Amino acid sequence: MSAQPLLKVNQLSKLYAQNKGCENISFELYPGEVLGIVGESGSGKSTLLNCLSARLPPNTGDVLYLKNNSQWLNIYQLAENERRHLLRTEWGVVHQHARDGLRMNVSAGANIGERLMAVGERHYGDIRAKGMQWMADVELDTQRIDDKPSTYSGGMQQRLQIARNLVTHPKVIFMDEPTGGLDVSVQARLLDLLRTLVTDLKLAVIIVTHDLAVARLLAQRLIVMRHGQIIETGLTDQVLDDPQHAYTQLLVSSVLTP
Amino acid sequence: MKTMIQTQQLSKTFTLHNQGGIQLPILDKVNLTVEAGECVVLHGASGTGKSTLLRTLYANYLPSSGSILVHHKNTITDLATATSNQLLEVRRHVIGYVSQFLRVIPRVSTLDIVMQPLKERGVSNVDAQNQAKAMLKRLNVPEHLWSLAPGTFSGGEQQRVNIARSFIVDYPILLLDEPTASLDQKNADIVVKMIKEAQQKGAAIVGIFHDANTRNAVADRFFTMHGD
Repeated sequence: MSAQPLLKVNQLSKLYAQNKGCENISFELYPGEVLGIVGESGSGKSTLLNCLSARLPPNTGDVLYLKNNSQWLNIYQLAENERRHLLRTEWGVVHQHARDGLRMNVSAGANIGERLMAVGERHYGDIRAKGMQWMADVELDTQRIDDKPSTYSGGMQQRLQIARNLVTHPKVIFMDEPTGGLDVSVQARLLDLLRTLVTDLKLAVIIVTHDLAVARLLAQRLIVMRHGQIIETGLTDQVLDDPQHAYTQLLVSSVLTP
Repeated sequence: MKTMIQTQQLSKTFTLHNQGGIQLPILDKVNLTVEAGECVVLHGASGTGKSTLLRTLYANYLPSSGSILVHHKNTITDLATATSNQLLEVRRHVIGYVSQFLRVIPRVSTLDIVMQPLKERGVSNVDAQNQAKAMLKRLNVPEHLWSLAPGTFSGGEQQRVNIARSFIVDYPILLLDEPTASLDQKNADIVVKMIKEAQQKGAAIVGIFHDANTRNAVADRFFTMHGD
């Protein structure tokens, strides 16, 4: 793991009301690292993810991103178009509900191609070929490249969303409950896929989940949130096997194991 | 002799916040030093903290006080104060841990699981695959199982997959939590041989073995634990 972080978060706060939102959040993310954010519903996980991923300006604090290993960008001081460009190229967001991350009324191929065009790709044949390649990589049937995502199952839509994000070779991916709402067999397949992609592409990932088993399998490091604040952080297996905070102990001991 | 891992006054107390804040002192000022090429077997009755010590050495449990000094390439890292990234670095390159249980993503093939530590170190796919196959063959995991996920394997088979994955990389420090617990004699002997080979390559080994034969076969010395 390289010594330079890719993302630095300094004392970030976004509060809707007292204890609602996220407060005083600081951490660093390194290249190739998978960081899990866990906590109960309403603990501020998604608010934090939205702030981190340049989609919700915080009240106070900064999100800094190291571009090309040389230049620190302060995300919320960038011009709107620069921020949007970053989100379409070096960053990616995988939403919990695929319909928030996909355009449902254009074809699967166009969904993938759109991000390629954002980075200047213009050759129709190339775009289609890359679309096909990525569909195959996320185990989607390439024959269905011209079908609209609305005709896809939930698990397929989620994989299409991932393909759409990865086609521009991003450095950081933000994921909000990517396996939520999928049945367990599809979930296992998606976890396997994510893990392979992370290792092969050296992606840094921030993944919000309330599923501790998912966190254990994917994340090297965990942040536990409650009432908008970080209450515990550490190596994933350490936090889950030897939780220090009363709330984390409750969270871990409440999980049902089939 | 070269010290590889050393604990100084290492203590571990569990606090159960949701059970009346009860405190369980498990380790009390443990001083353990393991040299390169040495195999130390933790010894003591059930409940004296053998597994707790082993897990603390892997930073799976957080020390309450004291230090764990890991020597690697002329640097010393104290696991008790290291950052998460330093700990991950130490786990990737210095300390290997074999637990009794295999915890993996469902659906991933046995071969891929065994290859993974090599791939994380940047070994090419072909090389990693060849080494993984050789390792599985050595541990008598039948070839027709390699492409399957180990979820449905027997306890002994799962344990051998676990061992294959941990021994595929030459870790300078190895922590073994009953690696032969569910193995038959023939396979246990193979594992003993692998432990001795790792030792000859200079690995510092700390292990827990309930089976007396295995214990006596590998131990250079015993570290007796009395509990609190």
